[in-house]
Amino acid sequence: MYESTWMFCLKRILTLPFVLLGVSILTFVFIRFVPVEPAEVILRLARVAPTAEAIQALREELGTDKPFLIQYLLWLKGVLHLNFGTSFVSKLPVAQELFAKLPATIELAVAAFVLILGISMPLGIISALYKHSIIDKIIRLLTIMSVSIPTFWLGFLLLYVFSLKLGIFPTNGKGTLAHLALPALALALPTIGLFVQLIRTTIIEELQQHYVQYAQLRGLKNSVILVRHVLRNAVIPLTTVLGMTLGNLLGGAVIVEQVFSWPGLGRYLIESIINRDYPVVQCYVLIIAVIYVLANLCTDVLHRLLDPHLMMKDRRD
Amino acid sequence: MSLLHKERANVKRLFSLTILLIIGLLGLFAPILMSHDPLAVDISKKFLGPTWDYPLGTDHLGRCVFSRLLLGIRYSLGSALVIQIVAILLAILLGAFVALKRGMTDYVFIRICDILLAFPTLVLAFGLLGLLGPSLKNVFIALVFTQFIYYSRLIRSLFIGMNEKGFIQAAKISGTSGIKLIIRHYIPNLLPPIVTIVVLDIGKIILEIAGFSFIGLGVQAPIPEWGMMVSEGKQYIRQHPELMLYPGLAIVFVVLLLNYLASSFKKLDQ
Repeated sequence: MYESTWMFCLKRILTLPFVLLGVSILTFVFIRFVPVEPAEVILRLARVAPTAEAIQALREELGTDKPFLIQYLLWLKGVLHLNFGTSFVSKLPVAQELFAKLPATIELAVAAFVLILGISMPLGIISALYKHSIIDKIIRLLTIMSVSIPTFWLGFLLLYVFSLKLGIFPTNGKGTLAHLALPALALALPTIGLFVQLIRTTIIEELQQHYVQYAQLRGLKNSVILVRHVLRNAVIPLTTVLGMTLGNLLGGAVIVEQVFSWPGLGRYLIESIINRDYPVVQCYVLIIAVIYVLANLCTDVLHRLLDPHLMMKDRRD
Repeated sequence: MSLLHKERANVKRLFSLTILLIIGLLGLFAPILMSHDPLAVDISKKFLGPTWDYPLGTDHLGRCVFSRLLLGIRYSLGSALVIQIVAILLAILLGAFVALKRGMTDYVFIRICDILLAFPTLVLAFGLLGLLGPSLKNVFIALVFTQFIYYSRLIRSLFIGMNEKGFIQAAKISGTSGIKLIIRHYIPNLLPPIVTIVVLDIGKIILEIAGFSFIGLGVQAPIPEWGMMVSEGKQYIRQHPELMLYPGLAIVFVVLLLNYLASSFKKLDQ
């Protein structure tokens, strides 16, 4: 059956509300599985003796004494008005705090993404062009190393070598490009390995296609064939892993921010988990899931638009 | 693929498999091979350099680093292996059931997967661990759960891909029962890709377990899991960087071997 790109997009966008609804239910149910009474946590944090009456009073105030479904609907109503509840610890609206920390994490993720593309593209291309040579072997060894190193350990190694021994970069803090360099590198490295492998395989495959032979017969320069034809086709498979990359970066950021004391979302999440500040954890998971779902939708659509083969395949099926 | 390449991949596989097996045996027989009790604290012996008695020296509590690394094999490599095996077995059960049943069951399954896979796996695991509280058992639960979701969908599509094959349809027509069909026909044919998937992710799981320990959401202090050891050593990074270096190198070495093994499997698969 032939399906146009627009139909495909429309179908994906129509299923979006259902996925988001499911995500919201799941996030809510997760939190309710915790064997801890929220009212008790708040009282303990406020250093008030958690007597039965005090807990009961607070439960009525929080609305946690109502039936499950009513609680969910009230919470959902709040979320739709961008009201995610208040933090147990700071007593401030959760959304306000999370959105205040979001830019730092975005800064880190964007810097890491620039590094990923900037480093893996040339390495992948060189590795493919000189395949089975000594340069290729070294690059492949490095890529397999990069996916085998624990992020936090790499972070400490970078800190030890570049900050403590050589004194080139500051150990922690935020503000300048020098502060950004080490955390971004630690966050980027595992994904760089994946990208180099992917770019290498796709370019090697593309180079064996007939159109490359034809272009050579037409007398085009090899550099022109590479840039105008091969690279353009080799970029397409990369779009499929963009969603996964975003997931890696968001998850990895939790660890990297901890190593470099980076004041972003990830550090805030860990802090809140330790404080048992559940509204924050709930809101964090929900926001990340929404970002992730939207990003995956965008990559699917982008992939569709870039790759005409997919439409042909649909027609054949 | 040429014979030479195949041979090379075979050698690579044999090589990494042998070393991993030796490491596994070291972990299994750790209690016999350890020179000291890895949990025995002796402050008077803290930060010793390497000697015959303590091959890699001692840590901030005077515990033998070498013995801790040996026992750590169980917590890092061992746990990851068990997590993967449990996750894939559960996934085969559910994935096969859904793939053979199709219809409404399949539809509901796919929708639930869509929702669960809307969370990046690592973030889902962090969230789960945050709610369940830090412990080895909860690391197991969180990782088995996240791997299981991902695998069961993968297994489902592998099984559905097989449905169309001639010999499966022939077996169905001749009246082979469901369970026999799965055990005799589906599983043997799907074994190579499934093994590749399992091996491919063991390294990733080791890294994740270590990451959880570091953040304080995973294995708790006296247990000599390698990530935990790095995390304990980080306070002494200025004076004694080797405390952080050894367990980190152990992780890199084992994960590297696993990745080599996985890449050889992938090559032989093609």
